[in-house]
This record gives sequence, C-alpha cells and structure tokens, in this order.
Amino acid sequence: MKFFHLIWSNLKRKKTRTALTLLSIVVAFVLYGFLSAVKQALTGGVDLAGANRLVVRHKVSIIQMLQQSYQQRMERIPGVAAAVHQTWFGGIYQDPKNFFMQCPVVPEEFLGMFPELLLPADQKRAWLATRTGAIVGRKTAERFHWKIGDRVPIMSPIWAQADNNRVWEFDLVGIYDGRERNTDTTAMFFRYDYFDEARARGKGLVGWYTVRVKDPTQAAEVAKLIDAEFENSAAETKAEPEGAFVQAWVSQIGNIALITASILGAVFFTILLVTGNTMSQAVRERTGELGVLKAIGFTNRQVLALVLSESCLLAVLGGCLGLGIAWLLVSRGDPTGGMLPLFSLPTDDVFVGVALSVALGVITGIFPALQAMRLRVADSLRRM
Amino acid sequence: MSESNGGNGKNPLVAVDAVEKVFHRGSEEIHVLRDLHLQVPAGEFLALMGPSGSGKSTLLNLIGGLDRPTRGTVSIAGEHVDQLSDHRLAAWRARHIGFVFQLYNLLPVLSAERNVELPLLLTPLSKAERKKHVETALAVVGLSHRAQHYPRTLSGGEQQRVGIARAIVTDPTLLLCDEPTGDLDRKAGDEILDLLQALNREHGKTIIMVTHDPHASARAARTVYLNKGQLSQEPMK
Repeated sequence: MKFFHLIWSNLKRKKTRTALTLLSIVVAFVLYGFLSAVKQALTGGVDLAGANRLVVRHKVSIIQMLQQSYQQRMERIPGVAAAVHQTWFGGIYQDPKNFFMQCPVVPEEFLGMFPELLLPADQKRAWLATRTGAIVGRKTAERFHWKIGDRVPIMSPIWAQADNNRVWEFDLVGIYDGRERNTDTTAMFFRYDYFDEARARGKGLVGWYTVRVKDPTQAAEVAKLIDAEFENSAAETKAEPEGAFVQAWVSQIGNIALITASILGAVFFTILLVTGNTMSQAVRERTGELGVLKAIGFTNRQVLALVLSESCLLAVLGGCLGLGIAWLLVSRGDPTGGMLPLFSLPTDDVFVGVALSVALGVITGIFPALQAMRLRVADSLRRM
Repeated sequence: MSESNGGNGKNPLVAVDAVEKVFHRGSEEIHVLRDLHLQVPAGEFLALMGPSGSGKSTLLNLIGGLDRPTRGTVSIAGEHVDQLSDHRLAAWRARHIGFVFQLYNLLPVLSAERNVELPLLLTPLSKAERKKHVETALAVVGLSHRAQHYPRTLSGGEQQRVGIARAIVTDPTLLLCDEPTGDLDRKAGDEILDLLQALNREHGKTIIMVTHDPHASARAARTVYLNKGQLSQEPMK
C-alpha cells in the first residue's frame, strides 16, 4: 500500500489521457453488464426450468391448440406424476406496450406443478373461491401499482367472450413471489373454468401442457411415451424437457451467447488496444524517471510491479465503475416494458466482469512493464 | 597504469582496481576507462574533473553500481559490487548510495516531500518513521517550508536541494554527485556546494563529485583528473 501514492500520481500525470482511457473502459463494461442482463433475460429461463418437468405442445406449432381431454390420458401414462395445461391469452392492459404474460390455469394443480411460485395460503383460498379471481407476480403488481381487491380489465385480441366483448375483467385476489431471485414474477394467471365457459370459441382447447415426471432420469422415455400416445391423432404432440423447450424458444432469436460474445469480443479487443497504447506511451514518456527509481534502489521486479499495478488499477477502476453503472441501469428494470421478464445482472457475471478487468489490466500492462523492467539504468538516466 | 590513492593509510571506502570499461558501437570498441585505479577513504570529499567524454560519469556509474566494468573490480566498504546480481545490486544501492544528478531528476508528479520519501519506501520503516526522516532531510537542506511544493514550482537551486535531501534521507555510505551545480547559476551553485561541504564536514559524508568547474572542485578536499580514460593528480596540459 505504501506504493499506492506513487502509482496513483503516475495515473494523474496526464489527466485528460487517463480520463479518456478510463471512460472507454467504463463504456465497455457498461455494455458488458447490459448485454449480460439481456443474455440472462433471454436464456435465464433455461437454468430455471424444472428438471422433472416436460412441456407438451402441438407437434406442428405451439400456436396450434390441444384437447383439454389429453390431460387425463397423459396422467395415465407410466412415469407421469401430473399434467397441467396453460393457454396463451395475449391480453393487453391499457396499452400494447404494457406486455406481460397471462394464462388461464386450474389453480390448485397449477400451483402444485410450479412450487417456485409462492402464494400465501389465504390468497390461494381466495383464488379458489373467486371464479373471476386472478393472481399476478410481484413485479407486474408493482409495475402497475395493483393491489389485492383491484378489478383489472384486460383486452384480449385472441379471445372474445360470448357477447363478442374482448375486455375481460379479473378480480385480483393474490400476488405471488418467486422462490429464486430470478424466478419470473411478471405473469398473471386466472381461472380456466371462468375462461372456458366465457370464451366464444375454442371451448375445450388448451395451449400446451406441463407434465411432471416421477423420475427425472426417465424424462426422455416418458416424453416418447406421451408422443406415442397421441400419434396419428388429430393433434399430435411434441414433448420435451422444459429446459429444451425454453432453449428452443430463445433460439428463434438466434444464438444469444454467440451474439453477445461477438459484440463483447470486438469491444474488448478495441479497449485492449486503447489501454495498451496508453500504457506504452506512459512508460516511454518516463524512461528517465524509471531510471531514477532504479538508481535509488528499486529492483527490476519492483519497477515491473509498479507499471503493472498502474495498468491494473486503471482497468479495475474502469471495470468496477462500468459494472456499477450497468447495475444501476439494469436495476431500473426491463427496458422493453415486459418482453424481458428475467432482465437482471447475474452475480456470476459481475465476478466475471471484475476478473475480466484484472485480465485487461495485466494484458495491457505486461509488455510496457517488461519494457520498463529491462531498462538499463545508465541508459535510461540519459533520457531524463 | 592510472592510479589515485587517498593516502591516509586506512582501508579505503571506495576501491576501484584495474578497471576497464569498453562500449561497443557496432563493431567498433570504445575504451572509455583503461586500467584505472582509485581509492577514496571514508569521509573524503573528492572532486573528479575532466573534459566532456573523458569517462567521469561512466566511472561514477561504476562506483554507484549503475553499470559494470568490462574488467577489474569495484569494491565499496569491502563489498565487490561488480559481482552482485542485479537484484542484490539494487538493494545495495538503496542501502549505500545517494545519487545527486545534474538535472535533479525529481519525479514531477510528486511533491518535494514525496520525492524525498521515495528511497524510504524500500525500507521497512513505518509511515510515521518515514515522515520523520523526510522532515529531517528537508530541514538539513533548508527546505522544510517547501515540503508540499511540486518540482515545477521550485527554483533550480531548490530542486537540487530536494535532490540532495532524497540522496541523504537513508543516510547512505556514499554520496555520488554528477555535476550537481552544472545546471545552476553561480549563487545557487555556491549554496549547493556549501551544503555538500557541510554534509562532508559536519555529518562526515563521503562524497565523490563529478564536475568540470574548477570553482566547484576547489570546495573538495582532493581533486583527481580523468582524461581519455586515465586518472592523474594533475590536470592534463
């Protein structure tokens, strides 16, 4: 620590140059943090997917409906513990930009299938007792300042009621939380019996099923049995692990990991050149001063460490500032207004970011540091 | 053979024995020092004179462990410095040598007191102890009131005083001064020479000063002359 003042003073030598280099590092790490959050939002569902759950959809497309009667047939298949259905409601609250998912479900079996959604017992009882009742996740409740007892109108472009009214009204009876930090708490669920009775068309049809298997190691075999059960029927199925289902959904956008890695690779390569150039220049400019340090007794290794510490300090400072700003931006919530419910900066990515900043400091500093270490004292003193 | 002895009969603090220094410029060999002998007893103030390119600074660098002789040995207080590894040589310099440079060679980003503190960063002294040593060194050179100033705000004479404070702050065995008044006007130069003389007489510091100024060498107890790599007691005609 006694050398800190010396290292810090050297960084302050050319304030504008240091500030601009620092700024470029900050911008790179803000971008890193933000892209990490986008990646998390798009792929986080894969990690959160239940290992013991399968998703069963229409073989052709998820927008094709399945018979509600499939539920009993699935539950009779060996290895299946339970099956629940959901249906895409696609509703709009006040403005199309206010996107969040809504699905009609059978409350008790749905909550049993998804234990990661935590609903207080009294609210669960209220939901079971209220035919028009709905529960919503904490994030969406806070976003629209909803509270229990509110009556929430949702307009569905897909589902009209028997009187052709597309505005559905729900009584908010519960607000659920997520068991994990990243559990999606943006969706709204309401009762299937109310939905099925009131809708004008498609009665008895559901969107997809979630199936819990008795033994996760047998999930692939159970999936095959399910598909075989409905083979050659009017609505053939495709059963797959929940994680694979989410992954396939995300893959429609593209290879998210490759996209983010490519962008960050380009950015960090540029930063590497910028910071490396700054450090090389900084060492070239003070060859004589480094000679003085060696003359008064600093060893070659100490000079190497001083230069390396300088580049690491600059990179880590920029990295931490960038990550901090990214964290502040990300903590303001989903920038798309609902399309990225899992938008958050994962702790792991923060640690990776800090490690990246240290690596940036080492890589950009090592060559100038070696150059400084190899300086011959008598030669460098002549360049004072 | 070029020889210059202190002649007080005691073991010399500095013993340069049969030293040669050869530089290479392409395939050409340049013999800067030839079979050079020099002994400096502890407590002496020696001036080393000679024209430009005579090898004065090269000899000073060899004595200070900044460079190694091509042949011969350099020993300071019994230690053969030419045989030390780079790492041990750096540690040896920190402990035994104080350098004063013609152009002061202060770090512009550090205040006067931080510049003086630099050699102490290599010692195990605590922050408080370092501060005390810095205050003492600045007091010796009469610059306590300029401790917080940066080099660019100090005059040449003041900067050289800071340079001397940095050289003496660790209480080194030997002070090596390379043209310490070469960049100063007569008045400031005289003040620096007064200071070096006081360090020699009152604090017993052994000083080797390179200069080409007879006025400066007159302050030393003994002057030796270097010309074309050879030492003599008399200036070359």
